[in-house]
This record gives sequence, structure tokens and C-alpha cells, in this order.
Amino acid sequence: MGDISQPKFEIRDLKAYYSDREVIHGINLEINKNEILSLIGPANSGITTLLRTLNRLCDLNPESRQEGEVVLDGKNIFDHDIVVTQLRRRVGMVFDVPTPLPLSIFDNVAYGLKIIKMSKADTANQVEQALRMSALWEEVKDRLSTPGMSLSGGQQQRLCMARVLALEPEVVLLDRPCSGLDPISTARIEESLMEIKEKYTIVIAPHNVQQAARISDRVGFMLLGDLIEVDTKELIFSDPRDQRTSDYVTGRFG
Amino acid sequence: METPIKKMNTTSKANERIAIAVIWAAAIFVLALLVSIIVHILFNGLPYITWEFLTQIPRNMGRDGGVSSTIVGTFLITIVAIAIALPMGIGTAFYLAEYTRENIVTKIIRFSAESLAGIPSIVYGLFGFIFFVISLDLGWSILSGGLTLALMILPTIIRTSEEAIRAVPVVFREVSYSLGATKFQTIFKAVFPSAMRGIVNGTILSIGRCVAETAAVILTAGSALRMPSSLSSPTRTMAVHFYILAREGISMENAYGTAALIMIIIFLINIVANTIVNRFIAKSR
Amino acid sequence: MNSNSEKLSHAVFFALALSSISALVLITVFILVQGAPIIAEIGLFKFVFGMTWAPLKGEFGIFPMIVGSVSATIGAAILGVPIGICCAIFLAEFAPPLMRNIFRPAIQLLAGIPSVVYGFWGLIFIVPSIRDHLGGPGLSILAGSIILAIMILPTVISITEVSILALPSSYKEGALALGLNRWQTISSVILPAAKSGIIAAVILGIGRAIGETMAVIMVLGNAVALPESVLDPVRTLTTNIGIEMGYAVGAHRQALFATGIVLFVIIMVLNTTAQYIARRK
Repeated sequence: MGDISQPKFEIRDLKAYYSDREVIHGINLEINKNEILSLIGPANSGITTLLRTLNRLCDLNPESRQEGEVVLDGKNIFDHDIVVTQLRRRVGMVFDVPTPLPLSIFDNVAYGLKIIKMSKADTANQVEQALRMSALWEEVKDRLSTPGMSLSGGQQQRLCMARVLALEPEVVLLDRPCSGLDPISTARIEESLMEIKEKYTIVIAPHNVQQAARISDRVGFMLLGDLIEVDTKELIFSDPRDQRTSDYVTGRFG
Repeated sequence: METPIKKMNTTSKANERIAIAVIWAAAIFVLALLVSIIVHILFNGLPYITWEFLTQIPRNMGRDGGVSSTIVGTFLITIVAIAIALPMGIGTAFYLAEYTRENIVTKIIRFSAESLAGIPSIVYGLFGFIFFVISLDLGWSILSGGLTLALMILPTIIRTSEEAIRAVPVVFREVSYSLGATKFQTIFKAVFPSAMRGIVNGTILSIGRCVAETAAVILTAGSALRMPSSLSSPTRTMAVHFYILAREGISMENAYGTAALIMIIIFLINIVANTIVNRFIAKSR
Repeated sequence: MNSNSEKLSHAVFFALALSSISALVLITVFILVQGAPIIAEIGLFKFVFGMTWAPLKGEFGIFPMIVGSVSATIGAAILGVPIGICCAIFLAEFAPPLMRNIFRPAIQLLAGIPSVVYGFWGLIFIVPSIRDHLGGPGLSILAGSIILAIMILPTVISITEVSILALPSSYKEGALALGLNRWQTISSVILPAAKSGIIAAVILGIGRAIGETMAVIMVLGNAVALPESVLDPVRTLTTNIGIEMGYAVGAHRQALFATGIVLFVIIMVLNTTAQYIARRK
């Protein structure tokens, strides 16, 4: 295990707004190194907003605004001297629908590497490593120059994972990455998540409670912009402290 | 018994039949018109399109010889127009779609573009003549003609490019940003390739307008029949050549031949543009 | 460094975005500077309502050409607008997929055909048949109106179709659910709801007709006189410029630019109105 005394992320009293609407009401949360943290909750619970705050992707929406602190390795990501593009390379994101760019398989994975102007030989090597980590290499190694769009849905999502892993981020955020996928593709993505957590910190919004139970170390339950509780998955699923958590994980609402 | 409501139903049924018949008739009439124009020009013109016609310089005012210099002139003027209008138009489109929200400046830009789209080509001709030919002293030349046409096609390129850029899914931009790209990198590496088809389609339609235009080029590029030697040479485009041959009754054969050649080019341009759009639609589904 | 290059790219795009504004300003200024002095010299009223156009004598009155432009355009609208609206309804509501796939590219092709080709076709087909069947020289307002009617079809059809397709489908479904038949739905619900788009289409079509030069030059006869019937030849504002610009110098050239100003003002008024109506919704 990594250094327990210093969490990877420390979220302190985070509030998030869209125009005047407060969608996250002051969250405190620590995310440990090399853990898989699942954030579960019904629609409108603020999970997507929280994930998009962690790599400041929410900046893209001019209506959005945050208060509080999100500390990554001792440094608040809202500080003025933070270079947002660097932050996003350190904190990668996989979206809910597979979104290959209209480029070849290779160029999709190399997209972020070209931006940091990595040499050609290094890029090729890095692309292969990333595709291996997301368990896609064997399927695509002979057709790296075909369009990313030509892959199946599950392959596309693993391509998107490879694209993030190629940049060797410290944290990987996944926002319902398996929501549109078949069970076999889902299983493969979950397998690679279990493998890569040795190197990365993973925050995932699973698409259902069962997935959270399968892969997480810890689980946080969010409801309407509040973090109700966060604990090890054993405790959340067997003995939650809050009645609402218990209702949600047993399927009484959501 | 015939109640008033039933009676109304029968009349409205008859009305509907008549209306639908009229609508179909109008559509078929317009198609027939188009076909008759195309067939007339091609039927009378195709026999004159020979290898000599395409490769020889017009002689004796265009009475003899071919149309080679007018093909070259049309080509060069179109290249100049596209080369100038494309960066301006695509730049404007990216500015409108990516760099700003709707405000007074974008309103003025849109108003200008829509106004430019409505200005008659003869007014572009007047402007090109006084500005490029006289004031900038470019003379009657390929350059003057191309610059004038560039302004004329600018609104088309802006509109089609902006539509294409706006059609690029937001998530492409998010992916690019989330991989550490800056705005400029996102626009050039993620948005631009996705909007390419739409932009190419707008460009091809603009090429068609350049080839078809007469009024604006006759006042700015002149009507010289020599083979142009540089961008500052005066030239005569195919459309202008056809106009002069037909209007002054110099040679009906060559007029028809030139017209058929223009129609074939316009035809090809439209086919290419439609193929691109259809592929785009098929792909985005 | 990153943020500097971002600022630079922002500035470059902004500069490019100013191109259309600068083009419009340049065109307006240069046409005005060339044409305004002679209007000032003659007097606006005398220029616009003057009956004689005699460049060699220095007399510049463009009223017959205004009448020519307006009459040919009205004729084009009367002939072209109903057909255009019918075609748009056809495309939006009635055309089977195969017909639609033929018709849309056909309309695009119609828009792509050079205006000189239309003029030439009119000269070969329309002018002689008017001369033979209706009398007069054939080169006439009627011939010009027919050609212009064909030429405004693409504009009228595409903008009308877009405004019909933009209507929420609940309009149509609601009307059909009330038991209206297809034609009643179109005439009492769809056309009224798409009214502003259709008006904009008609105005833009009229703008195209007034601005058209090369097609009408061949079929209108170009005589500078007030027409007495639709079978008489006329000269329009555009053809006046197109015919004489090639050899005009001095005051004559200025008077042609002044003609351009009048044309420019008419078009700007029409287009601004159309833009305003289309946006109003």
C-alpha cells in the first residue's frame, strides 16, 4: 500500500454551483493512493460534477463555479499558479460513452503524447504499453492505423482508457465507463482496473451497485449533492451507518 | 342522408386531392424544367467538346480554336478566391463557434456575413473594379478577379464551416481537454478534423459559384483571350467567354460547347459535394 | 507561455472574424465615395425620378430602370413564389424518399447553374415563343420574369422547407389528431406557423431577382423607356451597370456607381428586413 498518512486527494468543504444553483453542498472527502474509490448514488447526486471538478474539466462550462479546496498531493488545484493542462494530464478522465476521436487507433492513444511532444519512438512504445494495460493490444496490434470508430463499443471504451493511461496519470477518473457495454466488455474493463490500481489511484462512478461491490476498496454514497457516508465496501454494503445508504444499496430507491 | 358535416368531408376530400395534385405538378414541373435546360445545353454542346476544343487557345475572337486559356483563367481565379476566402471564412467560423459567446460583436459579424451574402454580384464587380483594379492598381487581372470572388464566397464558407464546427459533439472537446490539450490544440487536433467534411463541402460549393460567376469577374479580370502568364495577367473565365460568344453572336457552336463544359463542371462539383454530405450523414448516424 | 500562445490564437481568430465586417464596410464606402458626388450634383430626386438616361449629354435619370427592376421582380415573384412554396411543401410533407433524394440535389443543381446559362436558355426558348404567340419583340418583362422566377426557386424552396421542417412535430400531429386531413393541416396549421420563414424566403428571393444581372441582360431587351405592358422591353438597374460599365468614364462611370448605390440600398433594406423577420419567430 502507498503512503497512508498523506492522501492523494483531500477535498475540503467543496461546494459547486451551476450559475446560481448549488449542486454540491460542502463535501469533505479523502481519496487514498492506490485505492479504487466508488462513488454511488442516484441521478442528480452530484457525482459527475465532483469527478469533473477533480481535473477542473468543469472549467469548460462558463456557468460553473466552485468554493472550498481540492488538495492534490498537498497543493490546492484551484490555486492560480496551477497549470490546468498539467493537472489534467495528472488526473485523467474516462467518459460514460466511448468517444474515440475521428483519428486512427494509434493516433487516439497518442493524442495526449503528441501534445507534450514526445519523440516518435517513445510514443510508439508508450502507445503499446497503454494498449496492453487496457487489454486491447492483442486485438488491435495489426490494425493500429484503422479508425478508432471502427472498433466495437467495448473496445472503444478500452481504447479511451488506453488513451488516458498513455499519459501515465496519477489518478484516473471514470464516469460510468461501462454504462453502455455488454457484460463481457464490462468484465474486461473491471479486470484491467484491478490490475492497474497498483500504479494508479482510481475514482469511479460505477453504473450500478453490483459493480461497486465487485471492484471497490472503499465506497462513498452521494445523494442530492451531499456525501452521506464513505467507508470500506464491506461496511457500506453490510452495515451502513445511514438509513438512506442502506435503502439505496438494497435497491429500495435509485 | 347527407348531413352538413358529411358534405363538408366530401368537399374537403376533393380539396385535398386537388391540392396534392397541384403540389406534385409543381415539383414535377420544376424537375422537368431543370432537365430540359441541362439536356438542351448538353445536347447542343457536347458534340463540340473535342480534345482540340479543350487544348487550343481561342482564335479569331473565339470564333475558331478552343477554350484552353479560359479554362486556365477560371482555374487560377478560383484558386486565388479559395486561398483567400478559406482562412478568413474558417477563422471567422472558429471565432464564432469556439472563442466567444453571443454578444454585440458576434451580432455585427453575423449581420455583415448575411449582408455580404445578399449583395448582388454586379455590386461586387463595381467594388472590385474600383478597389482592386483601380485603387490598389492591380489592373484587370486574375488577382483582382480572385480577390473579388473571395469576398463574394466568404459568407458561404463562414456559414457552412460554422455549421460543421457546431455539429462536432461537445464530448470530443472534453476528451481533448481532459488529455491536457489547450484550447488551440483542441480546436486544431480534435475539432477541425471532425468538422473537415462540412468545411470541404462548403468549399466545393464555393468553387461552383466561382466557376459560374460572370458579372463580378467581367468587371475585375477583364476579357483577354491570351493564355495568362502570371496572376497579374488579365483573363477571361469560361462563363465570361460563353457570355460574350452568345451575346455578341460570335459562334453558337463554341458558345454551346463552352456552356456544356461549364455545366459538366458544375455537375461534377455538385456530385462530389453531395457524396461528401451523404457520407457525413451516414457516418454520424 | 501556454497562456500567451492562447492569447495569440484568440487574437488571430478575432482578426480573421473581422474580415467580413471590413469587407462590408469597404464595399459600402467605396461604392458611396464613387457614386455619391454625382447624385449630389444632379440631386437625389432628379437622379431617382429622372426619365432620361443620356450619358453623352450628361443626363442621368434612372426612373425607367427602377420601374424595369421592380416590374421584372414582381413578375418573378408572382410566377416563382407559388411554385417554390408548392415545391417546399412537396419536399417537407409529400415527397417519397426516392423523390426527395432526387429533388434536393436537383434544387442544389438549379442554384449552381450559371446565370448566363439561364439567360441564354431564355433567349433561345422563352423569347421566341413570346414573340410568336403573344406578340411584341419577345425581349420583354415577361421573358425576364420567367427566367428570374426559375432562378429564385432554389432560394424560396430551401428557406421555406427549412422553416416548415423546423416546426415542432406536435403541431402536425395535433392537427391530424383533430381529424384534419393532410391538406387542411398544411393550409390551416403548418403554413401559418411557418409564416415568418416563408416571408423571409420570399424577400430573399426578391433580393436575388433584383440583384440578378447576366441572365436578364440577355432577355429583357434593355431599352431605357417606361414599359406599357409586360411584353415591352425594359432595362434594370443591374443591366444598366452590366452593359455600360465596360466603356464608361468620368461622370458616366460615376452615374453607374450611383446606380449601384440605389441597388445596394434596396438590397440592404430587403435583406435586413428578411433577417429581422426570420429571427423574430
